[in-house]
Amino acid sequence: MIKFFLMVNKQGQTRLSRYYEHVEINKRTVLEAEVIKNCLSRSKDECSFVEYKDFKLVYRQYAALFIVVGIDQTENEMAVYELIHNFVEVLDKYFSRVSEFGLMYHKILQEILKTCCCTDLFLRQFFQPYFCYI
Amino acid sequence: MSDVVERTLSALPGLLGQHDPGAGPGGAGGPGRVSASSRLGSLIRSITALTSKHEEEKLIQQELTSLKATVSAPSTTLRLMKECMVRLIYCEMLGYESSFGYIHAIKLAQQGNLLEKRVGYLAVSLFLHENHELLLLLVNTVVKDLQSTNLVEVCMALTVVSQIFPREMIPAVLPLIEDKLQHSKEIIRRKAVQALYKFYLIAPNQVQHIHDKFRKALCDRDAGVMAASLHIYLQMIKENSSGYKDLTGSFVTILKQVVGGKLSADFNYHSVPAPWLQIQLLRILGLLGKDDPRTSELMYDVLDESLRRAEINHNITYAILFECVQTIYTIHPKSELLEKAAKCIGKFVLSPKINLKYLGLKALTYVIQQDPNLALQHQMTIIECLDHPDPIIKRETLELLYRITNGQNVIVIVQKMLDYLKEGQEEYAIISLVGKIAELWFIQTMNAVFSVGGDVVHSDIPNNFLRLLAEGFDDEKEDHQLRVYAVQSYLALLEEEDKLYPQKFLQVMSWVLGEYFSLVTDVDPEVILTKLHSLLKKTFVTSETKAWIMAAVTKIASHTSCSKTVDEIIQELSSSLDTCLRQYAFELKHLCEDKALMKSLLPFDASCSDLVVDASLSFLDGFVAEGLAHGAAPYKPHHQRQEEKLSQEKALNFEPYGLSFASSVSSSGVTGRQSPTGLSFGSDISGNSAETGHKETNTLKLEGVRKLWGKEGYLPKKENKTGKENEPQAVPCGSLLAGQVGEAPALRPEQGASLSEEDKEKQQLASTLFIGLGASAGVSLMGKADTATQKFKRKSKITETQQLSEEASDFQNSAASNFDPLLDTVPDNVEDSEGSVHTGLRKGSPSSSDTVEDNLAFETPQSLRKSVLDDRISANRLSQSSLFADSNIEIFQPSSSAQCESASETPLVPSLPEELEELPHSEVVGLCQSDALALHLCKVWTDDSLLLIVFVSNKTTAALHAVNLILESATSHFPVIEAQSVEHCQKCVRMNKVCTQAILPASVSYQSEMETCLEFSVTLSLMDFIRPMEMTTEDFGKLWLSLSNDVKQNIKMSPCQDSLSAALDTLQQKLKLHRVDVIGNEGILACQLLPSVPCLLHCRTHSGMLALWFRSPCAALPDGLLYQCQKVMEES
Repeated sequence: MIKFFLMVNKQGQTRLSRYYEHVEINKRTVLEAEVIKNCLSRSKDECSFVEYKDFKLVYRQYAALFIVVGIDQTENEMAVYELIHNFVEVLDKYFSRVSEFGLMYHKILQEILKTCCCTDLFLRQFFQPYFCYI
Repeated sequence: MSDVVERTLSALPGLLGQHDPGAGPGGAGGPGRVSASSRLGSLIRSITALTSKHEEEKLIQQELTSLKATVSAPSTTLRLMKECMVRLIYCEMLGYESSFGYIHAIKLAQQGNLLEKRVGYLAVSLFLHENHELLLLLVNTVVKDLQSTNLVEVCMALTVVSQIFPREMIPAVLPLIEDKLQHSKEIIRRKAVQALYKFYLIAPNQVQHIHDKFRKALCDRDAGVMAASLHIYLQMIKENSSGYKDLTGSFVTILKQVVGGKLSADFNYHSVPAPWLQIQLLRILGLLGKDDPRTSELMYDVLDESLRRAEINHNITYAILFECVQTIYTIHPKSELLEKAAKCIGKFVLSPKINLKYLGLKALTYVIQQDPNLALQHQMTIIECLDHPDPIIKRETLELLYRITNGQNVIVIVQKMLDYLKEGQEEYAIISLVGKIAELWFIQTMNAVFSVGGDVVHSDIPNNFLRLLAEGFDDEKEDHQLRVYAVQSYLALLEEEDKLYPQKFLQVMSWVLGEYFSLVTDVDPEVILTKLHSLLKKTFVTSETKAWIMAAVTKIASHTSCSKTVDEIIQELSSSLDTCLRQYAFELKHLCEDKALMKSLLPFDASCSDLVVDASLSFLDGFVAEGLAHGAAPYKPHHQRQEEKLSQEKALNFEPYGLSFASSVSSSGVTGRQSPTGLSFGSDISGNSAETGHKETNTLKLEGVRKLWGKEGYLPKKENKTGKENEPQAVPCGSLLAGQVGEAPALRPEQGASLSEEDKEKQQLASTLFIGLGASAGVSLMGKADTATQKFKRKSKITETQQLSEEASDFQNSAASNFDPLLDTVPDNVEDSEGSVHTGLRKGSPSSSDTVEDNLAFETPQSLRKSVLDDRISANRLSQSSLFADSNIEIFQPSSSAQCESASETPLVPSLPEELEELPHSEVVGLCQSDALALHLCKVWTDDSLLLIVFVSNKTTAALHAVNLILESATSHFPVIEAQSVEHCQKCVRMNKVCTQAILPASVSYQSEMETCLEFSVTLSLMDFIRPMEMTTEDFGKLWLSLSNDVKQNIKMSPCQDSLSAALDTLQQKLKLHRVDVIGNEGILACQLLPSVPCLLHCRTHSGMLALWFRSPCAALPDGLLYQCQKVMEES
């Protein structure tokens, strides 16, 4: 199961967050800060999976943007790792360049939020069953 | 389907194109819209430009204030509301609460046009959670939209339902959604399935009736609908795999089609067909095929195909392969597939790509339980991973090692784990790893664990550790060493004055010091006391820990003559603010005044002996009786009081006040002493119990104290010492290294030839790590998971006797004082007891026995004495019955020729002396042993006493000197026991007060290199003192009428013994009752409690029940016998 989906820039600011299990807002900030700290501190030749508390983080870096997904122990890390890429490819396809700047400039964010909830309506061929979790 | 996609795609620029108003649907963006959306843009831009968190907060708060004003203004249009909502979502996403907008989001979803509705729904699903009260307001909107003719509206409603919906409102929309399963548009069907999946997750029983429809969805012609239904199936199969075995074929076919590329290319990801769908299917197959050879058979082909197809080098295929491997190792094994899977794992583990390595390690960890040889193949890689710079890889490797830990490699693996711990990871990692190490424990390791893990360690771990230490292993010597080592190491740790230790560690330390300080002979107890004293003064020590320390101080104090430190502690704590500590101090003070009492109260190394708890609190009976005599109201249980209160409130009390002292006493017997086993107490019994209780308050009070005593004793005592365990033998690390390098089974020959130093080191490490994993050890490792878990869940083999004592505790008073050896009963004591109800019990004394015999007029059984006794014994017995002299304990010197022979033939298997051999006796059982001597016990049931024969065998090759055996308070002394020989002494015991079971504390001390003392206990049962009593039916009748204490009980008879005679046979054989007569369905039996308290039993059968009716002059005896009868009848 996927627990949350975060997009963070290199400075550690959250750019997008989506939780699939309810977390209180004030706890979100703390959680995000820790998650980000955990991922940003890792070098490129370390693996992209981090154990954090009782779940795992899978992260992937695109230029200055990190995408971090929190998953539980039953999930296949590599599959999630590729899911992130799939997601980015879709963004890329529909919104030209994906970078933090691009995201902001094109106000795509608003659409990504929608995407998260209704991907399968528009982008079915890309977002396969996985997004049913979401 | 494709038309929908096309349509939506064409609509997309309209939805997205807010930066280009002209392209919007209808092109009517208007200036308001542009400004609104650019407001979001500018908000985002300005936030991105900010550098500090503080500035961001200020900006957002500003934004929120303006938004709040806008949304609550009545003039705000829905379009403007939509823009506000988008900004609110953004703010909330950054972690700023905007709860004021929630209700407006719902309104927007309710009232807006398509686009606004969409934003409204989105906002709702992001803002609210399942149990939010506002969510109920959404239900109507959803119902309305589900019924809409506009597809998009239906879609939106279904989407929101599949994300968030109040559980209690499911029935309101369920029929509507069910209808949608037959909808002509696949997108609707798919969303309906997703919504039902959500329902299944939050309320499985609500969707139970539509399982058939799920099957239909699985066979839907649209792949998307089918894929959606897989989620439901995965969930359902997880919970109950047996119910869906028939679908295995379908899942296999689907996977075959997916793998074969039969799905549309839309599903491809980097030219891999529907990878996530494949993973989903593989998981389902794994669950279905687990432990089921027939089902597994069906999937071998498709798994093989999946493995083959996934040979392109891409991350996503690795993900699929990983899933394949897991499935292959989960289902019933097939060697070809296992081979391929193993190859796959090998490829992963050896890969230079770090993510792949991780995946490989994870897979290896999973399969290692089935196939330990795989670990051997990759041992060098594992060693490398152990030193990998990436801590995550390291941790995964440790996880792997944890699975292959066995008795031989435990030390090395624990060392590795500790190294990792010391690198200082975050708390969660420490907790999980500490848990693992605790399973692979060792004292030194535990010390490190406690200091590093500190107070986050789960409280079970120190408890288990102490239990392990207290119960010990098979080998006494090893236990001793271990305990000495523990004491020494803790003393060394406490040497450092100002070091802070975690509380749990201090508690462990103080328990160990208190319990085992005397094992370390070279340290003055005073030194330990001083250390504990200084700990007590520290401020960081919590009061819980202080209680532990005080308990330790008390224990140490009981073994030292007089200590200044103890006095100091008492003085300091007597005025402590902490009541608990003050209590401890007072207890200690009083105990110090009576050393002998203290010693008996706190016996050395008794933490494992059983504590008998008198649950009925019968020792308080005297107190109660006294209270009643002074006019106190009898105790009423809570519910009774409440009932009475209620009834009193309703009606007037017409009873006269303040009457009937007698009735109150008798009622106390019933209400005051509730019998947990449901035994019935006659009303006249209360007088007895009160009286006996009164008589015993002097001695029994102490047991009460002991029961209250410290927590440290309480915990381990619950477990019985007899529980042995198969803890891996600790093999010294050094010898292991030396011994195994050469013969390590897994060294590959090609590595052997030319090795650098470093490699050699690694190989050495490998050989220590993977020892015991070879082919020969493979079998034992298969069961590894079991042994690993067993290690801590030690089966506490509670002996039967203990269970007995627990069950019987209701009418059983505390152990030690119940049994007085005969020699204790000095004549004055007998005088005291004269006239008490228990006269019969004390028959051994000449004065009372006459009276009893006169009164009761029954024959003393002679028949049993037919068995010939040695002159010496009978003479002895005569002296016993007349005088209670010390001659009861007889020491048979080895000079007796016959014994000498037998001893030399079988030196360490003691046998009874000939003259006792012919009497009925128990088997010779071991009591305890040290490396020097062993103690065995045999109970001899002579017809008028119970003889305990204790054998002391010298196991060493040298003579033992000055062996003192203390049984209760009688000492027998053997000046010397020759090497490899057995001595024995015998002791006559009788029951002073009736109880079902009692424990006689005893100890033996001897002089080898140093003075050593062993403590043990002898468990005696009521049945040891019961003898048949022969009498005629006539005598029975007379006696029956003269006896007053009776107990009646019906017990169920098992079908195999439904006849009266069968039941009587059981009682006769097992309980040594004498069968007096049988008439019709009634039978009478008689027995006596030694020395000569009769107990008569009348049995009657009716409709499968056996009615037992006991009568005896002693009140407690019928209860005890009834309990034994019940037990015997249940057993047979």
